[in-house]
Amino acid sequence: MIITSNGIPLPFKNIDTDQIIPAAFLKLTTKEGYGKYLFYNWRYLEDEKLNYDFVLNQVIYKSAQILIVGNNFGCGSSREHAAWALADYGIKVIISTQVADIHKENAYNNGIIPIELSKNEVDKLMEMTENFPECEIIVDLNSQTVTALKINLKTSFKINSIKKDCLLNGLNETQFLMKYIPEIQTYETK
Amino acid sequence: MGKTLFDKIWDTHIVKALDDDMALLYIDQHYIHEVTSPQAFEGLRNKGLQVFRPEKNLATVDHNIPTVNQNKPIQDPQSLIQVQTLESNCEEFGIEYFGISHEKQGIVHVIGPELGKTQPGMTIVCGDSHTSTHGAFGTIAFGIGTTQVEQVLACQCLLLSKPKTMKIVVENNVSKAVSSKDIILYIISKLGMQGATGYFVEFAGTAIVNLSMEERMTITNMSIEMGARGGLMGVDSTTIDYLSKRVQLDALILKEWVELKSDETAIFDKVIVLDAHDIKPMVTVGTSPDSAISLDKRIGDSLYITPQSLEYTKFKKTDFITDLAIDYVFIGSCTNGRIEDLRKAAKIAKNKKKANNVTVWVVPGSKSVKKQAIKEGLDKIFLDAGFEFRDPGCSACLAMNDDKIPAGALCVSTSNRNFEGRQGAGAITILASPATAVASAITGKVSDPTKYLK
Repeated sequence: MIITSNGIPLPFKNIDTDQIIPAAFLKLTTKEGYGKYLFYNWRYLEDEKLNYDFVLNQVIYKSAQILIVGNNFGCGSSREHAAWALADYGIKVIISTQVADIHKENAYNNGIIPIELSKNEVDKLMEMTENFPECEIIVDLNSQTVTALKINLKTSFKINSIKKDCLLNGLNETQFLMKYIPEIQTYETK
Repeated sequence: MGKTLFDKIWDTHIVKALDDDMALLYIDQHYIHEVTSPQAFEGLRNKGLQVFRPEKNLATVDHNIPTVNQNKPIQDPQSLIQVQTLESNCEEFGIEYFGISHEKQGIVHVIGPELGKTQPGMTIVCGDSHTSTHGAFGTIAFGIGTTQVEQVLACQCLLLSKPKTMKIVVENNVSKAVSSKDIILYIISKLGMQGATGYFVEFAGTAIVNLSMEERMTITNMSIEMGARGGLMGVDSTTIDYLSKRVQLDALILKEWVELKSDETAIFDKVIVLDAHDIKPMVTVGTSPDSAISLDKRIGDSLYITPQSLEYTKFKKTDFITDLAIDYVFIGSCTNGRIEDLRKAAKIAKNKKKANNVTVWVVPGSKSVKKQAIKEGLDKIFLDAGFEFRDPGCSACLAMNDDKIPAGALCVSTSNRNFEGRQGAGAITILASPATAVASAITGKVSDPTKYLK
């Protein structure tokens, strides 16, 4: 699985899930259609007019699939709606120095690859996406590498083998778990 | 080498160790609410699955329900659908459900312990990040996403990587004016909101041990605000006293429970030692829970004030926090919506009036808390002070229902998050203890409660 796209720079630390999707939009009982609420309070002005100062509304980043963000992205609420909103919008990769624990799981479970790189690497990618917004980043899940030719960056990232397998094969973790029902029943009798 | 409490519980819940660092972990208790569960039940239906162990699940409504007129039909159509969806899902899958008018209804993290469902040694999850609350009882408790809610429903297990362990020791005793909310705000201000990411935190030390169960829950509740996967505390006589009033305990179980503490020789990945003497009443001044300072400080004294937070709050770095005029006070939430919190609030509010321009909402954490407050006459104290005394729910903590703070208004809140827009678009939140919240309600400015607590 290879994702090639320019990156969207959001150079803020501790972007919490209330910013990714405010609680006012958690009232649905379905998983679909959250993309339009992504970063709602930053993306829109009054009466849902687009805030053109916000990076997501700038034409050059319109179809980008890789989000470059500051440390501790997705902290706060466990709402999976944040991952649903990112996925529905078209985000396939999050690159940060650290993705918050619950959000990281939610990302995996919605086909988004959360990638943690060193501060130096994230800073370089952030700078590149800000200064050369059209420049592509290549994320290869098979080889676990991130490449940005413009800045001569090629680096590898860690991912758990089960998570990787699920992402590569479009496997649902629930189905993976159901294979263990006999072991679970045995555990219960102990 | 001894074992940490976390390791003791983790190890006994491993169904199967998988490759790398992953384990299939058994979950003893699953709490469910209306906002993060409908898609999980739908997922079960789509896959043709049943709920594996219905008796290990408990559901209630809290996030998106009104806190007035709960005896009347819900007016907001979306809220009504979420509540009805949970009700019908629980009926279909055979899960115990406390609906809006049920006498046991309340915020999940308030009713779980209150009903004695949360017990030492358990693994507990819920589709809510403040599930860490239950760790006060010597449990591994943490928040999960909706896909994981579906997994727990389907097989009572989760696929997890083991977090690192951290011990935070608060030595010595706090002064009378300092509450457990102040302790946790102080801890978070020292660590930062990512300071415990990747860790499970054990709280220990004299200042922690001397807290009541309800006070302890305020601490573990906010572990997530420094990024921790969860927080927990060892079992002691306080834990057992609390539970003995709620469930039948036999000698065998007591013998197991008293072992639920970290061994003296246990090694943690990280240890932090703080001194309770350094802790004063605390309030936040930014848009992150780590921006807490004591009330004698200026806004700029917080390490976690950012250009973005100043732009949002319109605070000036040179302002003293006690100079800020406030518009709202919210007393409630899974952090501070229990009976002891309401007692502390009422003690200060007694025979006093709120400032004219301030709106004060007191929202009990559960029906049982509300009933007890009325029995003790706390409701009357609040009403006499000009406060509103409402029905139980999450309310203005996350403002999903109508309990929203207007844009630009300043709210002193006993909840857990002061993120931008958390209490309503454009609303500004100052996190505080119930005592500080009431002191502020009376003066109309952010106020130190110390003079009321001598």
